[in-house]
Amino acid sequence: MSSNVTIKGIKEGLLVTMGEGNWNDLKEALFRQIEDKAAFFQGARMALDVGPHVIHAAEMGVLRDRLAEKNITLWAVLSTSQVTEHTAQNLGLVIRLVSARPETEAQAEALSRMADTTISSSEERALFVQRTLRSGYKIEFPGHVTVVGDVNAGAEVIAGGSVLIWGKLRGVVHAGAGGDEKAVVCAMELTPTQLRIASKVAIPPKRKGKLLPEMAFIQDGQVVAEEWTAKGK
Amino acid sequence: MTAKVVTISSGKGGVGKTTTTANLAVALASQGQKVTCIDADIGLRNLDVVMGLENRIVYDLVEVVEGRCRVRQAMIRDKRLPELYLIPSAQTRDKNSVSPSDMIALCDELRPEMDWILIDCPAGIERGFRNAIAPADLVLVVTNPEVSSVRDADRIIGLVEAEEKGPAQLIINRLNPALVKRGDMLTAEDVLELLAIELIGVIPEDENVVISTNRGQPVTLDGKNRAAVAFHNIARRLRGEKVPFMNLEEKDGFFDRFARLFRTGGSNA
Repeated sequence: MSSNVTIKGIKEGLLVTMGEGNWNDLKEALFRQIEDKAAFFQGARMALDVGPHVIHAAEMGVLRDRLAEKNITLWAVLSTSQVTEHTAQNLGLVIRLVSARPETEAQAEALSRMADTTISSSEERALFVQRTLRSGYKIEFPGHVTVVGDVNAGAEVIAGGSVLIWGKLRGVVHAGAGGDEKAVVCAMELTPTQLRIASKVAIPPKRKGKLLPEMAFIQDGQVVAEEWTAKGK
Repeated sequence: MTAKVVTISSGKGGVGKTTTTANLAVALASQGQKVTCIDADIGLRNLDVVMGLENRIVYDLVEVVEGRCRVRQAMIRDKRLPELYLIPSAQTRDKNSVSPSDMIALCDELRPEMDWILIDCPAGIERGFRNAIAPADLVLVVTNPEVSSVRDADRIIGLVEAEEKGPAQLIINRLNPALVKRGDMLTAEDVLELLAIELIGVIPEDENVVISTNRGQPVTLDGKNRAAVAFHNIARRLRGEKVPFMNLEEKDGFFDRFARLFRTGGSNA
């Protein structure tokens, strides 16, 4: 009955993998297992691999709260469904497990693995985000990222390629996170907390008044910004 | 009758969640509404003190949830108003003694008897916050016109959206018109531009609030000063009335700016 739910121990806690079948049945099977082995699950940190199941925010929130009532912390949700990944990100959950290797190497590997899934050339992939990113929200993507909305202070965008923001940039952006020095960052108002392109870090000066759209890029080993106009660079 | 559940939240501590909850409850109750406030800040209870009901606590929220008393037994009636009740929090327990589904069940039990259920949310974004917003029909986010509390409000608004409880509405608390005029405080427009949600009220800084809070007599009870009027206006807006924003500056100028804000509503800006 519960054979479609597998549980194994990993470095970060428990990894529960939901197999095929009706989502509600799987969920109940998981909770039955938790009831049966209450002592084993007590205080556990759980990563949940839901495969292709599509889970919306309210549903995932309820699941997290039900687990919390059993004293289990849901900290990661892995899925091949983009909707589910989005939901998990919105709720502040981790969506990829990265084992304890040096961070840059692990990131590079994760980036390449994501890129491999569809098109091999990661530069040609882009993510379109049509909302304001509020404090605490983080987007990580191997290709380019376009945001229609503001990126508020406390929000982060980390992209393998360029980042284009049709709105105000007040948070942190890292373009060319994989080392691409040709990446650029564009925004209608470029007033980030911190701006990173490839391995270069820039902290822009405080400015007042009405700002023009600007584009930041690397020139002679330094991050510079200039007016963002239609003709491009 | 089906009560509307309103959670008052902020992220950052000390911006005036509890004071706002107490005063909105008093304002709604004095407008003839049946109101229950729930203090969800388990382990750090305050709402009872601010409302001046501390010495009447027998049962608390955790005892209700654990089934050790009936909801009615834990509801303290505020004798100054016809239909105002408080369910106090427990001081000796922690946030994990209550779960989001407990809060939903409690509110569902109260809904048929009340017009409004106001929940005073604890600071932070952890379990206590999730408990408080789980039953909410509407989330009010309180912020001060100051950078760090606006930053936290932004985070809270994002979380409320993620939990599909949005869109939240904004209360700007402790606005000091004199400081704003000197350019030393964020204006209501600055805050709204950043947070981009609908504004439901601006409470001016007023020493009467501090005095009355310490006495356990919410400032809205006697209702004469500007803060009290502002709380009454929010209560009326909650009830669906269109109330123009108050003139916080004695002289001209300010009103026009607020009137402009109100027309645009500040949403989706």
